[in-house]
Amino acid sequence: MRGITFVRQFGEVVLAIAIAPLFAGWIAQCRAWMQNRSAPSLVQPYRMLRKLFQKDAALAKNASPLFRTTPYVLFGTMVLAAAIIPSLATDLPFARAADAIALIGLFATARVFVSLAAMDIGTAFGTLGARREMMIGFLAEPALLMVLFNAFLLSGSTALPSLVEFYNAHRFLIDPSLAFAAIAFVMVLLAENARIPIDNPTTHLELTMIHEAMLLEYSARHLALVEWASSLKLFNYACIGFALFIPWGIAAGGRNGSAATLLAIAALMGKLAVAGAALALIESLSAKLRIFRAPEYLATAFLLAVLGLLVHLQIGAR
Amino acid sequence: MVTRASIGPLLNVLASGLLLISFAMLSRRRTQRLIILFAWQGAILFLSTCLVAYSSGLTELYYSAALTLILKVILLPWILHRLISKLGAQWDSETLVNIPTTMLVGLVLVIFAFGLTQPISTLATTITRHTLGMALAVILLAFLMMITRRKALTQVIGFLAMENGLFFAATSATYGMPMVIELGIALDLLVGVFILGIFFFQIREQFDSLDLHHLEALKED
Amino acid sequence: MEILLVLGLPLLGAVTLALFGARRFAPELNVGFSLATLAAAALLVLRVIHYGPMLIGREQFFVDSFNVFLVALTAFVGFTTAIFSRPYMRIEELHGSLNSLRLRLYHSMYQLFMAAMFLALLTNNMGLLWVAMEAATLSTVLLVSLYRTKASLEAAWKYFILCGVGIAQALFGTILLYFAAEQTLGREGMTALLWTHLNAVKGHLEPRVLGLAFVFFLVGYGTKVGLAPLHNWLPDAHAEGPTPVSAVLSGLLLNVALYAVIRCKVLVEGSIGVLLPSRMLMTFGLLSAILGAFFLWRQRDIKRLFGYSSIEHMGIITFAFGLGGPVANFAALLHMTVHSLTKSSIFFTAGHASQAAGTQNMDGIRGLVGVSPTIGWGLMLGSLAILGMPPFGVFSSEFLILITAMRGHPWATPFLLIALGVAFAGIFGKVQPMVFGESDAQPLPHSPALVPVFVHLAMVLVLGLYMPPALAEWYRAAARLIG
Repeated sequence: MRGITFVRQFGEVVLAIAIAPLFAGWIAQCRAWMQNRSAPSLVQPYRMLRKLFQKDAALAKNASPLFRTTPYVLFGTMVLAAAIIPSLATDLPFARAADAIALIGLFATARVFVSLAAMDIGTAFGTLGARREMMIGFLAEPALLMVLFNAFLLSGSTALPSLVEFYNAHRFLIDPSLAFAAIAFVMVLLAENARIPIDNPTTHLELTMIHEAMLLEYSARHLALVEWASSLKLFNYACIGFALFIPWGIAAGGRNGSAATLLAIAALMGKLAVAGAALALIESLSAKLRIFRAPEYLATAFLLAVLGLLVHLQIGAR
Repeated sequence: MVTRASIGPLLNVLASGLLLISFAMLSRRRTQRLIILFAWQGAILFLSTCLVAYSSGLTELYYSAALTLILKVILLPWILHRLISKLGAQWDSETLVNIPTTMLVGLVLVIFAFGLTQPISTLATTITRHTLGMALAVILLAFLMMITRRKALTQVIGFLAMENGLFFAATSATYGMPMVIELGIALDLLVGVFILGIFFFQIREQFDSLDLHHLEALKED
Repeated sequence: MEILLVLGLPLLGAVTLALFGARRFAPELNVGFSLATLAAAALLVLRVIHYGPMLIGREQFFVDSFNVFLVALTAFVGFTTAIFSRPYMRIEELHGSLNSLRLRLYHSMYQLFMAAMFLALLTNNMGLLWVAMEAATLSTVLLVSLYRTKASLEAAWKYFILCGVGIAQALFGTILLYFAAEQTLGREGMTALLWTHLNAVKGHLEPRVLGLAFVFFLVGYGTKVGLAPLHNWLPDAHAEGPTPVSAVLSGLLLNVALYAVIRCKVLVEGSIGVLLPSRMLMTFGLLSAILGAFFLWRQRDIKRLFGYSSIEHMGIITFAFGLGGPVANFAALLHMTVHSLTKSSIFFTAGHASQAAGTQNMDGIRGLVGVSPTIGWGLMLGSLAILGMPPFGVFSSEFLILITAMRGHPWATPFLLIALGVAFAGIFGKVQPMVFGESDAQPLPHSPALVPVFVHLAMVLVLGLYMPPALAEWYRAAARLIG
């Protein structure tokens, strides 16, 4: 029995790794449609990864081992995070191993590494990007924590799986505090994944870029891993969002037959498709904020999350 | 199908929507957006009044819901819209000082409102008792908006938003005021907006702008 | 029947003047309607004296000894102000600051304003009271901005926004009151907001709700009373509007707003006891009295000066109501009467004085006695009266308030004395050079109607020297009602 759960856990992680670039490709495609451009193919991210893996890596002369190991660390943390987040089922071994606060710590670790690596070479852009990344992270993390607390107040636990199970037990629960939390969460998601109001992943405009500035020195397989990790991060965030706000379809309560698993996969795909289109819509409709406005944006997210908490306390336990 | 048992949570959701819009109003710069938000607030009020009417079985609440729909969702936004296009103020935006601080003050106001109404909420027997605090919060946030804004139009929208909060308080705490009084309030509101419309033209005629910076000459000297 | 007349006549006047307000005879029409209203009010008073308090119109309207005296006062001052405004507005028209269309607006709104105040005074329904107060605000907003100058627009804007926000707080108070009433009286449509019903069950109303409601009522209606720190609109609106409007704002509207506060206070005290309401009234009252007195010193505009004096006096009256008890309430009611008579007469003379000098700036007004002895002496006597010089009625009421304060709350007496002293020095020092001294101002084109000034001052003098027993009994009954 234990063997089976490990196999299923492994399957979940492999699926996450496999479809993360697809999710990124889907968002890019939706964006292109909405902006009346001809869309890139859905598998474009995979082609990109293949191309990068085939090239020879070029490293700066003064690159330290930190610079070289960072892509692997980054990729590793994201894979670990994908294992923790209950994207398909709740009774998997890794899902129980760490709670959501540890998850935030994991993301923070990745951030520290990527920032250090960006400063490692000593170019101006790397340092600039690292500084901005740390600022965004510094503001986004408390907001994300507040969002999570909102959900935890409902379920009474800091573990994501118990939250999902709680939802399954109270199917038609309407709690307005979650509406606040959801808006705050989307705002944090956009900020953390270098999406449009805060950063634009498709430009290399030096005055505005954050994420791309940190990756300028990477090439070939290193770049491929970093890019893959980025798309995994986006995928992970999306899955956290599903677990927090729309957990329907996730196999819970020990249902682990193949029917439940298939249903969970189908639900995940459906939710990803909708979420990707929604993200693309938000990105197409909003304009990029000046970097000085980013604190304002994230403070708003934080306040919304706190507001959700207050509303929850006001309405009180039922 | 809406069952009577699920009306309480639904109303809470609507109340939170009102609160959310109030915060959105605090952070919007463009006047036109504010008018749209105001209309949304009216729409939520309409829905919540209908819900309360349905659950309590009071027909007169349907009348006030209809009044809300006509006045606050259609008529007033339309008048305001006409006004700003006549005044050529569609693209007006204002520089706001420090949105995070304003929001933080707003948050404190929300806590204050919740704390103030906590002992009362436990008394209420209506299904909507939790929403009294939210209504007070909406009122106070609209008040905050009026304090922080410097444009005549935005102050008026703040004033109307405050009235929305009051209306919500009336439906949530007491199933609505007596009809005659509600009609009186609606009439006062309409006349008020009408007078303000006249005012805008007078102000612009005199000052060539709707910025209230010009209206600070009368000070203690 | 009389109640309907009192309410209907000004309303009819508003409609008529909206149609004919631009004609030559409009001011006379205005006076006529005011006189008819006064007559109706007199009938009402006679009826109440004969038959006692009454409730009519399915209990929606009521008269008791408290509001009937305010109705009489309002009708009287409304009538005399209409007399005063006849030549005053003609002179304004001659100066070119107004045209006949604006005069039509003025006359119509004046009557509408009176109707709103009567409705506020006579309604038994706390919700209608709110509607009437809001209507009174709305009808005067356009009067304050009548001249369409920058300053008057600013004043009107401030007036509208501040009073609008304030009165929104009062509406929340009303909602809370209704909420509490519903718990006790049940849902009976309109009856749950009737003051007489609430008064009957006030001991059973939920104290926590009523305590909160009173805070909102005091802040809301208190804004209209001009209580500090919510007084900002008052001096501006008084200074920038036409003088008859300043006179009725100061002499009547503030009284009506205070009347609303006191009605609420009676209910709340029945539920939560006297401590919180009286403390709050005393604090706000003292604060307004002191702030008003000190701000007097810094004024250059004659109408602003007396606007601040109104804040000071409203503070004193509020303080007296806060003291509570038969003597303090008696004094407060008396002070309401004499203040409203004196202050309106002062505004009459101040209006003509600034017309004669061509400016409202007190530095430009000199030697009024030389220009027109009646204006000069009217202003002098009015100022002496409002400052509480002995033979006038203001002295008796202020004296009574001071005595009561000394007995119950000795700590407050020095504050009151400071406010009175500072106000005395401030006003007297400014009025004296305006009345006496040299001047080259021209006489007015229309002879001013100054009979109301001297009638008002004579009444104040009589109230100071000898109070008719019937009147005293009446005040006593009202004071008992307030508790």
